[in-house]
Amino acid sequence: MRLKVEPRSTGVPAMNALVPPLAVVATILASGVVFAVLGYPAGRTLFAFFVAPLVSLNGWAELALKAGPLAMIAVGLAAGFRAGIWNIGAEGQLIMGAVAAGGVALGFPDSQGFWVLPLVCLAGLAGGMAWGAVPALLRIRLGVNEILTSLMLTYVATLLLSYLVFGPWKDPDGYSLPQSRMFSDAATLTPILARTRLTSGTLVEFLVPVALWAVLRYALVGFKIRTAGLAPAAAGYAGFVQSRVVWTVFLTASGLAGLAGAFEVLGPIGQLIPQITPGYGFTAIIVAFLGRLHPLGIIPAALLVALSYIGGDTAQVSSGLPKGAAGVVQGLLLFFPLAADFLVRNRVRVVR
Amino acid sequence: MNVSVLVPALATATTSATPLLLAAMGETVTERAGVLNLGIEGMMLVGAVCAFAIDSASGSQILGIAAGAFGGAALSVVFALLTLTLAANQVASGLAVAIFGAGLSSLLGAGFVGRSVVPLAHLHIFLLSDIPVLGPLLLRQDLLVYASVAITAGTWWVLGRTRTGMVLRAVGENDQSAYALGYNVIRIRYLAVLFGGAMSGLAGAYLSLAATPMWMEGLTAGRGWIALVLVVFGAWRPWRVLIGAYLFGGISVLQLYLQGAGLVAIPSQILAMIPYLATIIVLTAISAGGARRLAAPACLGKPFRATT
Repeated sequence: MRLKVEPRSTGVPAMNALVPPLAVVATILASGVVFAVLGYPAGRTLFAFFVAPLVSLNGWAELALKAGPLAMIAVGLAAGFRAGIWNIGAEGQLIMGAVAAGGVALGFPDSQGFWVLPLVCLAGLAGGMAWGAVPALLRIRLGVNEILTSLMLTYVATLLLSYLVFGPWKDPDGYSLPQSRMFSDAATLTPILARTRLTSGTLVEFLVPVALWAVLRYALVGFKIRTAGLAPAAAGYAGFVQSRVVWTVFLTASGLAGLAGAFEVLGPIGQLIPQITPGYGFTAIIVAFLGRLHPLGIIPAALLVALSYIGGDTAQVSSGLPKGAAGVVQGLLLFFPLAADFLVRNRVRVVR
Repeated sequence: MNVSVLVPALATATTSATPLLLAAMGETVTERAGVLNLGIEGMMLVGAVCAFAIDSASGSQILGIAAGAFGGAALSVVFALLTLTLAANQVASGLAVAIFGAGLSSLLGAGFVGRSVVPLAHLHIFLLSDIPVLGPLLLRQDLLVYASVAITAGTWWVLGRTRTGMVLRAVGENDQSAYALGYNVIRIRYLAVLFGGAMSGLAGAYLSLAATPMWMEGLTAGRGWIALVLVVFGAWRPWRVLIGAYLFGGISVLQLYLQGAGLVAIPSQILAMIPYLATIIVLTAISAGGARRLAAPACLGKPFRATT
């Protein structure tokens, strides 16, 4: 008696939908084991990770606040992954969006006009796009691997932000802390729900995946992107220009990441500081895969991964876990959907 | 720059080149077998923390180094399971390993933050190590520096001059043909991935036991990703990878010396960008030259399915 693996000829939609919930259950079990083995109280730590953040209204608001940027960045990245384009530098694009938006906001300290806020948001979009345009251009013109260039640019962006807030953009009245001046009221996103930090930026972040789903589902560009990934040769015969697909997905993803960065500094943070993101650009990759690269799957996936961030903070307090521990849960959340794909693509049977 | 500055600078370049070389040599073998493992950063971090923990618990540096290699290899098994046994996407799986490894290393190392160990001892041969210039550069390094060069020579010999190496390259260039000839593609790739993981772990061990004999979260600071670039830079050939590692080691040291000397009025953050920008420029130069497409193993990154 042995196991026999046979490839499935057709996809199984039910299987496909089952993968994320199964992955979540497997992640909870596996991370419990990791915590227990390392001598942390498994039950209490898991409770802190997955339940404790959800018992208050403010907990849910914080969850949405973190899930928003993840969802918006992940839909952009997912479009690229479908086309076989690996932009993994969303973190840097987010930072450059924040830098551009922050720079413009600091340039209009006294303006009260209604146009200030749209302008700074556009600056964020453009800042992200500019940072994403570099790997896109290098890949199209010279065939440079976009994985490594986009990633290296993330380190450059982090250092640039640090240079600006330690140097030219430092608040002269800030007791020599590395931070910029606070942005003016006209350039700030104000909370929309009392006693929470939710802003209209968060709303936009949840609407974008839905809008993008409609575009990718019904517009020709969505078809072109899917074809480029599934059958590059067919896309070529059909006359779809590969370089245009690369540009489209890179600029979409990096622009959305930049916008997310702008929302972060214009909303909850209110100024530029050395660290404006807890790695949203990287964890968005996990969100994209956990959401099966589907815009509507990405929203629940983003909420779940956001929970691991907040849960990580809670567990830090309740069980003394180190700050980076959330990465274990997040890594597992990516392992299991990847592993489960095997069951979607293959049938495993016992043969005698 | 006179000799009194240059010699210590070059000696420091060795320190910053060695972890890059170790990790890149492992990845060279993995990629020659047709597997792209992007998780080096995570495996290095796990190797670093394992090495540090065992060293400070046992007081034995050899045990620490072995633990580093073991830790890196253990994490690479997870990658191999996903990509080889379950034929999952190699890029995504590698990223998962990088993220998971970073998290796991922070969990494992929570109790060790801020502690330090005795750094790896440097060779000292009576009189010979005191020869000006050559002595400090060639005969006053630590064990892993010599090991990294020896491993480079060994990799070159095995890959290019032995039957084992030929089979490994065949698997990377044309997996279906190798399979048809009766070679167990999956097993050979497992071994190549394990070797890559162990070498990444060694690279991590070098960081936490020799370069900066302490542990902190994110100790590797992107070196795992630079190692990936070095493999491309070296066109998958061991000695060229070594040249690349020393070139990059030199660049990072130059950057540090410029910062320390305060000679130039450039802010430290801008100087710190140099290695990353240099990486992009080098990568662009190679790709523009077309060398990449000629040298890359043909099956790199493609999952293998046995046809029955």
